[in-house]
Amino acid sequence: MTTSRVPQGADDLRSDGATTTTADQSAATGADRPALPPPIVWSDERVGTAKGMRFLLKKVFPDHWSFLLGEVAMYSMVICLITGTFLTFWFIPSMGHVTYDGSYVPLKGVGMSEAYASTLDISFDIKGGLLIRQLHHWAALLFIVGIALHVARVFFTGAFRKPREINWVIGSVLSLLAIIEGFAGYSLPDDLLSGTGIRAMAGFMQSAPVIGSYMTFFVFGGPFPGEMIIPRLYIAHVLLIPALLVGLFTAHIVLVAVHKHTQYPGPGRTNNNVVGFPLMPVYMAKAGGFFFIVFGITALISALVTINPVWVYGPYDPTQVTAGSQPDFYMWFSDGALRLLPGWLEFTLFGFTFGMNIFLGSLLLLPLVWILLSLYPFLEAWVTGDKREHHILDRPRNAPVRTAIGAAAISMYLVLALATVNDILAIKLGLSINDITVTFRAAFFLLPVIVFYIVKRLCISLQRADRDRVLHGTETGRIVRTPEGEFYEVHEPLDPYTRWTLVQHDPMLPLSQREQDEVDEHGVRRPRPVTHGLRRALSDFYFRDQVQPVTPAELAAAQSHGEHDALESAPTPQLGEPVSAVPGERAALRNRED
Amino acid sequence: MKTLAARRRSPIALLVLLLLGLTMTGTAYAVFQPKAAPGTSATTVSAEDIEEGRQLFLANCASCHGTNAEGNAPAGPSLVGVGAAAVDFQVGTGRMPLAAPGVQAPANRDQVNFTSEEITQMAAYVDSLGPGPAVPDAQWLDLEGADIANGGKLFRTNCAMCHNSAGTGGALTRGKYAPTLMGVEPVHIYEAMLTGPQSMPVFNDDNLTPQEKEDVIAFIVDMDQGGTAYGGHQMGSIGPAGDTLFIWTIGIGLLIAAAVWLGRKAA
Repeated sequence: MTTSRVPQGADDLRSDGATTTTADQSAATGADRPALPPPIVWSDERVGTAKGMRFLLKKVFPDHWSFLLGEVAMYSMVICLITGTFLTFWFIPSMGHVTYDGSYVPLKGVGMSEAYASTLDISFDIKGGLLIRQLHHWAALLFIVGIALHVARVFFTGAFRKPREINWVIGSVLSLLAIIEGFAGYSLPDDLLSGTGIRAMAGFMQSAPVIGSYMTFFVFGGPFPGEMIIPRLYIAHVLLIPALLVGLFTAHIVLVAVHKHTQYPGPGRTNNNVVGFPLMPVYMAKAGGFFFIVFGITALISALVTINPVWVYGPYDPTQVTAGSQPDFYMWFSDGALRLLPGWLEFTLFGFTFGMNIFLGSLLLLPLVWILLSLYPFLEAWVTGDKREHHILDRPRNAPVRTAIGAAAISMYLVLALATVNDILAIKLGLSINDITVTFRAAFFLLPVIVFYIVKRLCISLQRADRDRVLHGTETGRIVRTPEGEFYEVHEPLDPYTRWTLVQHDPMLPLSQREQDEVDEHGVRRPRPVTHGLRRALSDFYFRDQVQPVTPAELAAAQSHGEHDALESAPTPQLGEPVSAVPGERAALRNRED
Repeated sequence: MKTLAARRRSPIALLVLLLLGLTMTGTAYAVFQPKAAPGTSATTVSAEDIEEGRQLFLANCASCHGTNAEGNAPAGPSLVGVGAAAVDFQVGTGRMPLAAPGVQAPANRDQVNFTSEEITQMAAYVDSLGPGPAVPDAQWLDLEGADIANGGKLFRTNCAMCHNSAGTGGALTRGKYAPTLMGVEPVHIYEAMLTGPQSMPVFNDDNLTPQEKEDVIAFIVDMDQGGTAYGGHQMGSIGPAGDTLFIWTIGIGLLIAAAVWLGRKAA
């Protein structure tokens, strides 16, 4: 027996229109439906759990290790949240002055802030405190390493293309928040090293023209160091930024579910499907298991390797500094820029001092990096004119200019980052710090150009090798002698599954070859934005030297001509239908706008 | 008084005044000048020791420092007045005799080719050329009753900016460096503070009293004996650079290995 139909409640949340069957009746009527565990039935009857769970649990994820890099970041964040909560139980975010009387002898009787003293207590007098502190810090580093590699994966595979541009922007903001969170976090113990970092931050703010001093006084509540900065950074670190991080991260994940996951090209994988395993049960096990792997490895590292030994640095005192001061690695590029910028950039004009040697490397560089990062998908789409949806990832070689831009940017970033450890490099490698600085200054400008050229040529070589493999097949090493006495080596054609991956990508043409004539059929100039010339030039730059995928005609020609003259006789690449004579034919699914 | 007033415009007055001023300044300087370290003059060495030291000096040092230690720029500076402490530090740590010219004489503890007696003899010879800081008393080197925490404070104020808060050393300009303090004898640390070798400033007994020097040495020795080594492997005590190297190689390497294993297509 069913209850009478009432037009409200959980029934209306169901798409199939079934009416409520109470739990105790399900045994009688449930012969034709799967027996669900009572808690699920209970919650479904009240909040309609089934619908959401069906959407989530049936979600298919493709298998690839590089898709787990983002999960490294996600799980590290979770570890940080758990361990951070533990630390708040004992950490005192105060710059009030105390005399240390804990169990760490080399600092006994030394005056310090309550923040530093409580960090020492966590490290030496709270059971498990040091392990949790190290777990927190190592997980924080891993969080940002995971983000960095995840960004690189998304960039080099073109996963940021339509429809995922918004998620790319959210991810960029997340990465910025992550490093701000990291900076705020390692500044909290108020040790000599992090105090030097806060001193640098004060310098950054002071370098802002006109408002610099006011901004610094506003943030520090007076002159440096004041007594406000640690409590303020604490609230930013435990409340403000984590809330933003978790909120934006949720949006990030929801958008991944909405967009479906991208996948690498392969037989049977199209723009309209996702080949992989459903969340339940396979990915529940894989991803859930990965959390424990990440947690376990991080805990192992934290138990074996010291991180941020604040007791070695000593309490912060503005009159002291230690050699080898450097921030955590994610702030290196900015610190390194400061070390490379020449001193003459600080000058006096009209009675005002302009600290451009600081300003350029901090207040300009930091926003600039994230603006460029966030805008890249839009810039690339504007240059290529590609307005199609993309759910199949690019192989990096098939987008040579993008890959080269990414590699060049990384090289630029690395030069700045390594400049931060110029003193460590000098002492460990027995070099002169002055020579290192001069070399890095030159490398900052030269290395990206060299890296761009090399990576682009490497991509094109790989593309040509792919073309050769498709047209020639694989060399077997078998030499055959014909009755006429001719020798040749047998090339075995690729099987269709291997070939699919090599020929699946979409051919694209530069704007100059796609656009219509300057004038229409009546001899009237077409209206074009003033930036059109720039766009055409950039498009030509983006597509120059590109190797097009093998077309069926080329393949047929190569195979009918015998082994040798195939490539020579093959015409210059024609844009046509690429080879896709394999199971899971997807030519019909291609929507080409150009 | 009248006669003095009458003669104050005499041409002699200026000269007299100048003479008086110079005499008083000189006397005041002699009174207030920093005292040389106690036991400056080598009281326990004999004339034979000085002669032995001279012979050793002529054989091993004179080619750069001159036969009378008067210096032979740019090869070597004058050693008149550097004191016994400088000789004991430079020779006792293997820095001198210099193996090869460079921006800085490197410590070379495996290459100390003199017995302590020979070093004492050379030090006596150099000390006989002009007074300078002497080898410190054993009283300041036994580290008994030294205040490690006070030593740490002094260390962070005076030493950490070059030698690193962990005492592992740091870079200076143009290839020069502040060497690591790990594994250095207390007596040599003391002498370095006293004599200021190479790029190092001098910390005389007015900057840091002998007791304070002892505290600093006790702090360094405590670090050397693992007094700060908590939490696991120290990664070379070079700050976040070590952490960075670790997390970008072994740390993320382990996780990527796990990800590759998990990301493989299920059989």
